[in-house]
Amino acid sequence: MSTLKFLLEKEFKQFFRNPFLPRTLVFMPIMIILIMPFAATMDVRNINVAFVLNEQSPLTNRLIQKVSSSEYFNLVDVTSSSKEALSLVEKGTADMILEVPVGFERKLTREGKGDLLLSINSVNGAKGGIGSSYIATLLNDFALEMRDELAPVVLSSSTPVIQIVPRYLFNASLSYRTYMIPALITILLTLLCSFLPALNIVSEKEAGTIEQINVTPVSKFTFIIAKLLPYWIMGFLVFTIAMILACWVWGLIPVGNVATIYLIAIIYVFAMSGFGLVISNYSGTMQQAMFVIFFFMIVLMMMSGLFTPFRSMPLWAQYITAINPLRYLIEAMRMVYLKGSGIQDIARNLAALIGFAVFFLLWAVQSYKKSN
Amino acid sequence: MDNIVIETNLLTKRFGNFTAVDKISFQVTKGEIFGFLGANGAGKTTAMRMLCGLSIPTSGSGTVAGYDIARQSEMVKRNIGYMSQKFSLYEDLKVWENIRLYGGIYGLSEKAIAEKTDRLLQTLNFENERNTMVKSLPLGWKQKLAFSVAIFHEPKIVFLDEPTGGVDPVTRRQFWELIYQASDRGITVFVTTHYMDEAEYCHRVSIMVDGRIEALDTPKNLKLHYGVKNMQEVFYHLAQTAKRGD
Repeated sequence: MSTLKFLLEKEFKQFFRNPFLPRTLVFMPIMIILIMPFAATMDVRNINVAFVLNEQSPLTNRLIQKVSSSEYFNLVDVTSSSKEALSLVEKGTADMILEVPVGFERKLTREGKGDLLLSINSVNGAKGGIGSSYIATLLNDFALEMRDELAPVVLSSSTPVIQIVPRYLFNASLSYRTYMIPALITILLTLLCSFLPALNIVSEKEAGTIEQINVTPVSKFTFIIAKLLPYWIMGFLVFTIAMILACWVWGLIPVGNVATIYLIAIIYVFAMSGFGLVISNYSGTMQQAMFVIFFFMIVLMMMSGLFTPFRSMPLWAQYITAINPLRYLIEAMRMVYLKGSGIQDIARNLAALIGFAVFFLLWAVQSYKKSN
Repeated sequence: MDNIVIETNLLTKRFGNFTAVDKISFQVTKGEIFGFLGANGAGKTTAMRMLCGLSIPTSGSGTVAGYDIARQSEMVKRNIGYMSQKFSLYEDLKVWENIRLYGGIYGLSEKAIAEKTDRLLQTLNFENERNTMVKSLPLGWKQKLAFSVAIFHEPKIVFLDEPTGGVDPVTRRQFWELIYQASDRGITVFVTTHYMDEAEYCHRVSIMVDGRIEALDTPKNLKLHYGVKNMQEVFYHLAQTAKRGD
């Protein structure tokens, strides 16, 4: 095994002399923990509202006051022309139009009913939907205030009201960030422990130095271990830094056992390193390898439940996620990190990842050839 | 016949229905400088790769340093050095680090590596370059260093694939002095080249045409046989019968 020592020495020197790799170690956790959580959020804020007023009254002023004082809405314009408001939406300055018809105040005070027209830009369906539910809540609130002022006694006692008080488990503040961070950390491992060593091996192929190694007595196994070990060490270093940052910056502490997290992460890294090696064995040039990696990275991320729950995908797509190692890791990470699940709860994920590890490592060894 | 270090018998390599190397048979003895000549695409590199255990023969057989090239390729690799056409040191490692790496790969001890590195750098007049990154060395220096690294572990045979390509005449001359020194120490040198003046330096020369060995003898006998003045003309005479180019 003394050969391994010399090879590891070489790999570490090359790693730290590379102009790009040591910087990745610093920037990756910063990107993933400090910057991405701001971007990966489903909270809708700063919805721009334009009002179209067909009448001016104390009530409409109060309505405008109510909407513009909410932290979710910005008032961009108050106009009397719906055409002008629509052009604001077309330009992108406004997200929704709230139109107040003629006789709104009179109808509301006399009949206890009022109509408003709400138009929402729904190019982004999720944003449109969330925006409309926010404004609905706000208007409801407004209506309740009105009702209490106009007929405080009669109405409130005659209508039965069911009040639902939800208790949100595991992520009490319903923060999308809390949900995303444990999953985003896994992307670090995928890049560092799987795809970077694959590119490293292909770069030796391109430079021709791998040929020089192939005419020496260095065994396949020693060569591959010497390639992987430095990236495994770096990967888990960055993984640990990311978890510490998550705790320090976002106060996100794993509910479950940290050892369980490392266990499943290690098995995942075995599987994905095997996958990376397979790619490197079949690629002759960096360009080829990069293209294949890029393709698989997108598939891995999109079909893993990272952004959208895979259970809401169509059945055929769910079958595809079943052969995605990342899905099992992300699922288990969220379970352990947020719910505090133990090993028995994630046994199915562990078993799946062990299967992938065996499959890819065997394939990698079989497809690596010192001679042809 | 203990002195024979390379022997091939009808060695053949086919890729699909293209026969790169076609039933070649020859012997090389210990300490010999064996020139392996041929036009581009004649099959030199493929033949050399088979001898080094990088490529598995389609048919025929061969032994290198007493080991079968098809079945004992890992044993062959312990006993050879190899320097390829493509430059084969690590550009982002320093001179001493490259020497140390290959010494370590062949199982030399830390102490032996340190001592031999000092001696080697001294002989090459490289002491000032010990800590230089290989990528900033001039090509000729790199090639001399690559050769020295290839024989650092005292192999029985060293294979050189166009070692002096792109190198100036003075450095080429120095390079061949290194080759002679190695040969004097009993290391067999198996070298391919396109420079005919270098062919004259070899003890024996083989010329490959379309995957077959068309001529094999000392440069002197080859010139006599074809009735020409130099190796250049011997090569022209044989190479123009070739049907395939590159």
